[in-house]
Amino acid sequence: MKLQKVLTVVGTAGLLAVGAFVLAGRVAGQQRGSDISGVITNTGVPVIAIADLRGVGDAQQNMAAFNTTLWDEVSNAGVLKMASKSLYPLDVPQRPQDFRQPTVTTPVRRGEISRTVKNGPWLTDWSGPPVAANYLAFGYTAVVDGRLALYGWLFNVGQPDAASAQVIGKVYFGTLDVAGTRQVARDFAADILQQFGAKSLAGTKIYFVSDRSGSKEIWSMDYDGMNQKQLTRYNSTSNMPAVSPDGSLVAFTTYAGGNPQIRIHSIASGRRMPFYNPVSSVVETPEFTPDGKQLLFATTVDGWVQICIANVDGSGFRRISNVRAIEVSPKVNPKTGADMLFISGRSGHQQLWRSTLDGADLQRLTSGEGDVSNPSWNPNGKTIAFAWTRGYEPGNFNIFVMDVATQMPVQLTQGTGRNENPWWAPDGVHLVFSSKRGNTTQIYTMLADGSNVRQLTTQGNNIQPVWANGAN
Amino acid sequence: MDDGPRSGCASLQPEKVKEASSTMFRNMKTVGAFVLAATLLVSATACKKKVAPPAAPPAPVVQTPAPTPPPPPPAAARITNFSAEPRSIQRGQSSTLSWTVANATDIAIDNGVGTVQANGTRQVLPNASTSYTLTARGPGGTDTRTVTVEVTAPPAPPPPPPATPRISGADMLSREGGADVLFGYDKSDIRDDARQVLTKDADLLKRIFAADPSFTVMLEGNCDERGSAEYNLGLGDRRSTSAKDFLVQQGVPADKLRTISYGKDRPVCTEANEDCYQRNRRVHLAPGQ
Repeated sequence: MKLQKVLTVVGTAGLLAVGAFVLAGRVAGQQRGSDISGVITNTGVPVIAIADLRGVGDAQQNMAAFNTTLWDEVSNAGVLKMASKSLYPLDVPQRPQDFRQPTVTTPVRRGEISRTVKNGPWLTDWSGPPVAANYLAFGYTAVVDGRLALYGWLFNVGQPDAASAQVIGKVYFGTLDVAGTRQVARDFAADILQQFGAKSLAGTKIYFVSDRSGSKEIWSMDYDGMNQKQLTRYNSTSNMPAVSPDGSLVAFTTYAGGNPQIRIHSIASGRRMPFYNPVSSVVETPEFTPDGKQLLFATTVDGWVQICIANVDGSGFRRISNVRAIEVSPKVNPKTGADMLFISGRSGHQQLWRSTLDGADLQRLTSGEGDVSNPSWNPNGKTIAFAWTRGYEPGNFNIFVMDVATQMPVQLTQGTGRNENPWWAPDGVHLVFSSKRGNTTQIYTMLADGSNVRQLTTQGNNIQPVWANGAN
Repeated sequence: MDDGPRSGCASLQPEKVKEASSTMFRNMKTVGAFVLAATLLVSATACKKKVAPPAAPPAPVVQTPAPTPPPPPPAAARITNFSAEPRSIQRGQSSTLSWTVANATDIAIDNGVGTVQANGTRQVLPNASTSYTLTARGPGGTDTRTVTVEVTAPPAPPPPPPATPRISGADMLSREGGADVLFGYDKSDIRDDARQVLTKDADLLKRIFAADPSFTVMLEGNCDERGSAEYNLGLGDRRSTSAKDFLVQQGVPADKLRTISYGKDRPVCTEANEDCYQRNRRVHLAPGQ
């Protein structure tokens, strides 16, 4: 929590600059260097207040979960500043008609001053100090026909009256249990965020590697760490997952057949799909092309691991890289489908390179210092993330983001330790990564400026996350 | 039957005459008959020989016919031959009884053989030494003969030829070393110290493969923990290939060497210091499957 607070202070400012840059596509002045400094610029990020909602009768029992979910979903999106609940007035409206315009008394005698008489909660309670919010989300829940009903409103509290303040006014239905309560909270949050251009993460999945069952296997979970499920049971070492663009297949490397090779499973059925590995001592780091028809991977050719490509069933094998160096982790540009990032030792230690899918137009993106690993494309095809040891002893990786056009890296994590395998969320604003902050390695999410770090796993060691759309 | 002397003029042998005379004189009653008979005899033959004066005719021998002797009794049953061939067998082998019997109607051999024909053979498989008795019965009598078949335990199989002590390739490898080959950080080339180790390993492996032709070796490439997992998988692979190439150059058969990379997944130590890192940057020789 402390880290979160520290990062919030530092990162909020960075959020204002980098977040706006990433979301709106505008360059906020000069691209800053590798530090996140505490410069506050007013770029108009709205402030929202979210009061704790309460429920009628049986609807009340899960409201703690509701309020936590609603708050986390909205704050985690990174598009709104959250007004602290400690500043809220005691008199919280639950429906629009609760708002009562205060009356102003007219002085009768000379010397009297006009006074404002509160008649109930009013917009200025929220727009004025100390809350100083632009928006207020409020409402209540009840049980209707055995179902949970959420009556939710979003008000622009800067407006002069309640009638013109309403932005959202909607009923949401769900099951009466905790899961249903969380779901209506997510639905409400998604509608709120949509007002500010944020893409919802609902339905997206994170696939990762966990050793908590006793061997490294492929697992999946929801974007918020719920529903963690074991997908493979080879009792071997299985790792390096990659998901097809339609979310239906997961490819990974496994020792289940002897030497490390690629296998592909259908996510829905768990069925193994045919993939003919090249005859080689190692086949690793699979990656689907954006059209889902081909698979890139790294495999030994002439004694060195090289980037290669084949059809999704392994036929039509073709070598791409042709150098006496180790080359791994091909990542195809999701926008163009024609160029790729990869890690190569061709200039010394492992560094980040870019080329076409035929291996032409080679370009090294990192300076040559330290070790670079695990590149990942933002869905916008312009920004990338990767892990790098620059500035630290070998083995101490941090997460960096970079605009490929300017090639200016921005460091997001600051400590020693291992922060690796960053992967962009489908919303282009969040990153998932692994970090060893203690005795074990766990999976975290954060915003593109390094703020809002949230831990998603706790059991065993959890590594190599990839963020994908849920299956259609 | 031997009648009395009967002859005409051929001779009347004096002895006979004397005998006849004596007899005659004894029996006066028959004298007359005798004289008559003698006269008749002489006249009947009418021989030219000098006929002696008719002697007193010999007394006739009166023979009563002897009673018919009973036929001789039937011959007794007789075993002319009863043998076993071979007489001594090992357990599990068989022996053949053979016999020849005459004058018998009921021929049997005990110990499970049973009734048999007069002449024949029978194969027997006794588990232990057995005496077979042939009993031949006939109207004239019974005959028995016994023959014994000795059964001995089979001899013990010969001991195996003295074995040249054969130990497995895996035992040889673990006993005689096959030291790890070490590498520099982020490197897969063979350093001088690695060259020495690999040369020794090559000699060892050539000996092992000659002694145990079915043995294969897996060259396991490893890394220290500091690089990324993906890159280290490739680096470990590169190291095991590099070691294999060197061994093949030293004459180790390539088809007996396989390679695998474990990246940084199989450390021999976990301390965060250079000594431990170096120990982990290795190719390890292990028995192949």
